[in-house]
Amino acid sequence: MTTTTLRPRRGPTRTGIQLSRRTGMVFVLPALLLFVVFIAYPLFTALSYSFFGWTGINRGEFVWFDNYVTLFTKLPYRDDIPNAFFHNILLFAGAMVFQNTIGLTLASLLHRRKRFKRFFQTMITMPYLVSPLVIGYLWSLMLSPLFGPVNATLRAVGLGDAAQPWLGNPSTAIWVVVFVTAWQWVGFPVLLYGAALGGIPEEINEAASLDGATAWQRFYTITFPMLVPAIGTVSVLTFIGAMEAFPIPYALGGSMGNPAGATDVLSLLFYRTAFESGSSNAIGTSSAIATLLFLFIFGVAMFITWFMRRAERKIF
Amino acid sequence: MSLLTRVRLNRTETIAPTPPSAPKPPRRPTLGGLASSSFLWLYAAISITPLLLMVSNSLRTTQDMATQPLGLPLPPDFSSYQKAWITASFETYFVNSVFVTVGSVLLSTAVSLLAAYAFARTKSKFFLALEGLFLSGLMLPVYLAILPLFFMLDSLGLTSNLWSLIFIYGALGIPFSTFVLASFFRQLPIELDEAARLDGAGPFATFWRVHLPLVRPAIATVIVFRFVPVWNDFFYPLILIRDQDKYTLPVGITRFFGEYQTDWATLFAGLTLATIPLVVVFLIATKQIVSGLTAGMSK
Repeated sequence: MTTTTLRPRRGPTRTGIQLSRRTGMVFVLPALLLFVVFIAYPLFTALSYSFFGWTGINRGEFVWFDNYVTLFTKLPYRDDIPNAFFHNILLFAGAMVFQNTIGLTLASLLHRRKRFKRFFQTMITMPYLVSPLVIGYLWSLMLSPLFGPVNATLRAVGLGDAAQPWLGNPSTAIWVVVFVTAWQWVGFPVLLYGAALGGIPEEINEAASLDGATAWQRFYTITFPMLVPAIGTVSVLTFIGAMEAFPIPYALGGSMGNPAGATDVLSLLFYRTAFESGSSNAIGTSSAIATLLFLFIFGVAMFITWFMRRAERKIF
Repeated sequence: MSLLTRVRLNRTETIAPTPPSAPKPPRRPTLGGLASSSFLWLYAAISITPLLLMVSNSLRTTQDMATQPLGLPLPPDFSSYQKAWITASFETYFVNSVFVTVGSVLLSTAVSLLAAYAFARTKSKFFLALEGLFLSGLMLPVYLAILPLFFMLDSLGLTSNLWSLIFIYGALGIPFSTFVLASFFRQLPIELDEAARLDGAGPFATFWRVHLPLVRPAIATVIVFRFVPVWNDFFYPLILIRDQDKYTLPVGITRFFGEYQTDWATLFAGLTLATIPLVVVFLIATKQIVSGLTAGMSK
């Protein structure tokens, strides 16, 4: 999944032994059929939905960009979209900071470690594999104002003043979502950075220290450049994950992004508009949200990939 | 020991993954080592405590938790598991989740194996483009296409049908699975194909008898690695499954959280039940998970 390898590469090429186009097609067909029916066709249809007016599930006439205009001029969308978008960006920023400080530190500490290495790796990666919905609900119980273990612990150690309704207070709720998301994801960069650090030949560092390079110089000139591809992968996947965030905010704030929209994100807004708004043009409006989100995610992901590839080329 | 031999020794170390550990004199703990150890222990605790609390609280009664939020499950009380499993229909959700997960992982692995083999053993632009199309699925927010998918299945009377989830997840698994499998197939020397061809094997026999046994590690990675997101997915069943008897675990949990709001012990038991299979898979297949997460890192 590395950014550098996201391009198909040609296999061993020797004429005469390759599959003919017809045989190749037979092999590809089942996958292609599934891909077209359940991914490609619905995606293109979804984009087209946003250009029509809808009455319930009946498609009306072609309205050009009316649905998009609605998103930016009519309530509640005019307010909800920037609000939700801002929360998605916070999620991305929070996760990036968490992963590239704590995550990177953990990975490099683990890399140098011999005893209990596997144990630590397992402990740190565990939350990443648990269902985000379960994680969200688990934290909602942990942070419950009266009986939750978090507030109970704060009271037990004499910090009772800090105990508060974390998810009921609009100013703390979004930070809970950011923290829980970053906490869950950190296992991924720990593993990925670990693999990247493992790929750096020890001789380079040895040679550098023989030449009198300090630890910081070695990190900056050897380790960091070697980590760039991994950082690129983490950035792209974190961006996509943050923009698609759904189960954790759903579990922590419900489909309305409670309290008062403080935990709303774009996917929740899309879900709400499509399935819970009761507006007669729900399909048109929600498809416009989906299209914008789609273009934004794909566009920025491509940009990060391109940017990282360029950075790699500059370094190597 | 001279510096030269030290460098040489290190090289052999990087080649052999686990060198026989020579008995070293016990090192005195340094300040840095101590700091790094305590940081690792601290973070491991932050990471795992919520999950341990989940298990521990599932073994306590709700009343016990209300009077003593930080108590231990002594003696453990298993009645909330019975309640979650039977009264709260977790049995149904669990069976549905197993069915959907196993079915879709087998489906996506099977079709991806075939496709990946073709991608690795053809060289026309056409197949390169197809592979690029599949790979783009790794970056596309495909869940946004839920509305047309819903209408398509609805018009066929296939909403609330677990088979539709199997096909959808089967399709969603194709990008990752073909990516990993094709890179494995490409590493197999073309001489294998030539030898098989000389022995009179056709393309399918070559695939089935020669290549398939050789990519087994990659198959294990793909199976284990697809298991996790499918088991955890919440979005598709939330929208496509309306019949409660067909709920998978994640949707079941949302309903359950509405109904059992105050019954904390049962809630914790339900969350634990949904997590156990993942922990089991993780512990027995750490290697596959790690290689899936870092797929493509080894260039």
